[in-house]
Amino acid sequence: MKTKIILAGLILLAVSAQAGDSVAVTNSSAGHANLLGSSHFAATDGEHLYNGVCAACHMPNAMGATGAGSYPALAKNDKLATASYPVMMVMNGHGAMPSFRENLTDAQVAAVVGYVRTHFGNNYTDPVSLDEVKQVREAK
Amino acid sequence: MTSQDDTVTLKRRDLFRMIGSVAGGAAMYQAMTSLGFAADSQYAGPIKLEGNPKGAKVIVLGAGWAGLVSALELRNAGYKVELIEYNNRVGGRAWTIRGGDSFTELGGETQHCSFDNGLYLNPGPWRIPYHHRAYLDYAKRFGIQLEPFQMINFNSYVHSKDYFGGKPQRFREVQADFHGHVSELLAKTVQQNKLDQSVSKDDQGLLLDALKEWGALDKNYAYVAGLTSAERRGYEVPLGGGLMPDPVGGKPIALPDLLKSDVWRALTFGQHHYWQSTIFQPVGGMDSTPKAVGKVLEDVTTLNAKVTAIQQDEHGVTVTIVDSRTGKEQRQVKGDWCVCTLPLTVLSQIDVQVGPAMKAGMSAISYAAAVKTGLQFKRRFWEEDDHIYGGISFTDLPISQIAYPNFGYNRPGKGVLLGTFAWGEPAFELASLSAADRVKAAVEHGSKIHPQYKAEFETGVSWSWHRSPFTLGCAAEWTPEQRAQHYRNLAEINGRVILAGDHMSHMPGWQEGAILSALDAVSRLHHRVVSA
Repeated sequence: MKTKIILAGLILLAVSAQAGDSVAVTNSSAGHANLLGSSHFAATDGEHLYNGVCAACHMPNAMGATGAGSYPALAKNDKLATASYPVMMVMNGHGAMPSFRENLTDAQVAAVVGYVRTHFGNNYTDPVSLDEVKQVREAK
Repeated sequence: MTSQDDTVTLKRRDLFRMIGSVAGGAAMYQAMTSLGFAADSQYAGPIKLEGNPKGAKVIVLGAGWAGLVSALELRNAGYKVELIEYNNRVGGRAWTIRGGDSFTELGGETQHCSFDNGLYLNPGPWRIPYHHRAYLDYAKRFGIQLEPFQMINFNSYVHSKDYFGGKPQRFREVQADFHGHVSELLAKTVQQNKLDQSVSKDDQGLLLDALKEWGALDKNYAYVAGLTSAERRGYEVPLGGGLMPDPVGGKPIALPDLLKSDVWRALTFGQHHYWQSTIFQPVGGMDSTPKAVGKVLEDVTTLNAKVTAIQQDEHGVTVTIVDSRTGKEQRQVKGDWCVCTLPLTVLSQIDVQVGPAMKAGMSAISYAAAVKTGLQFKRRFWEEDDHIYGGISFTDLPISQIAYPNFGYNRPGKGVLLGTFAWGEPAFELASLSAADRVKAAVEHGSKIHPQYKAEFETGVSWSWHRSPFTLGCAAEWTPEQRAQHYRNLAEINGRVILAGDHMSHMPGWQEGAILSALDAVSRLHHRVVSA
């Protein structure tokens, strides 16, 4: 299971030039994971990004799930009170959470974090600033 | 080979084993290389752990490949072993789904597979490269029968939703046309004296000869429709007999279309060292080898056990487990040492008593997204109608690949094909759907390549690795920076705990990586034990 496979170790992440943050990252053992030259997510609005990326693990209802380990619920989650925490998680990842810095533009990160902070029983309406996202991207 | 050579080889092999067991795999490989022996594997034959462990007990966590090999080899070396597994089966990701099986993803969706007898899906690893010597050795020792896996089928499809009117192209056409056009361009460059600075006149002649043959160019070094290019890309009117129509070569795909559509990428798959011929699959499903190894470890294996804590002090290791089905019946397992093969995604969430550097490593590595979907059809139309016998078709639709069964060729009746093998962005998109919708999506997308899908489809199952309760992802995604910072910290023995698994190798996602990691881990652990 690439197969980057991985297979595993089997993914090539090549990011198309968008929003001036074009970075081509090649896993050392990469083959092409698919015919796409880009691993950038196409959606731009928070709802579609959530349903096309985040829901894979945090689930469509944002309730998370538990097996041998857990995916935390994003619904009614106090940790979303300040935007910087979810922005940092999306940008840098931690534990089972992957980093999406090569797959999402700053605007997409702001959109999806903004969506999660205002849905699923969260009501943090202060906007996620692009500057803040940019700072987190550049801090690493 | 003469008998004298055999003697030399055996002696060398023993020497390597000795070096390996005392000084570890790196020193062994260095010794092998200096004697001109290392080929394309770091496997040096069955492991020999010499010396008396004096009744030491090792707790092995996880009964995937790394855990199975660790438990097997440590027990053979005289250790007491206890093997703890989350699932109700051994094998981990080396798993096969057949008719009658039920399984549940994170989120609670349970699927019941109703494939016909003999048909199956390998949701995890599905191929064994010829250079994965350790896997092949275990398969041989446990009597597992292998058959060829076809990575490249020249008659499979390469498909782009936005090019060629959405019509799938044959792999042989894409390959011949890409090689042909590039060869023609390079030949023109030579003929226009644009390579005079870098290639001598004599060599330019040789290069032109090579390009003509390599690219199937005509006498004017042009890649055009005709019988020369048809010898590579296939015929519009095929070769016949008697007074049948004369053969005709088809029109090549234009280079700009090949470039813009990205279909040329399909040509690179089979060239990767992982996927070069010969590649194998176990007859009947990928779970056969781990099941065979697990069988001899049954008396020391506890299934359905979720690890909740790993503690250690100068006297030993204590692992806390609960029943993975209920979360109840907490109990403690004690031992002198622990080989921990749990995925890092899981391990980073458990109360593990190890040093800060190892802890930091555990939390640094996430796992890739991958989705596989198996579809059963009433007939093997890919063989009967499309003349595709095994191998893989490639598409830029989210399903990414369609892989045809590499057995039972040319037989009437049903077949199961792999209708989705998605990585990266398309995998996330599909993983966010329910399994039932993933099956529907596989049929919908696949019908763009094989219109027969809709009439012939019977039943399907899908597995999203990010929704896998026992791994929370497909395979560790190491970046070069993470490797530099964390790999050694994770690999070194930490008190009485050592990690193993495909994530602790340079080939995450491959069974071979798990086995080599386990062999290296038990060698170092054993050395520590017997030299204490």
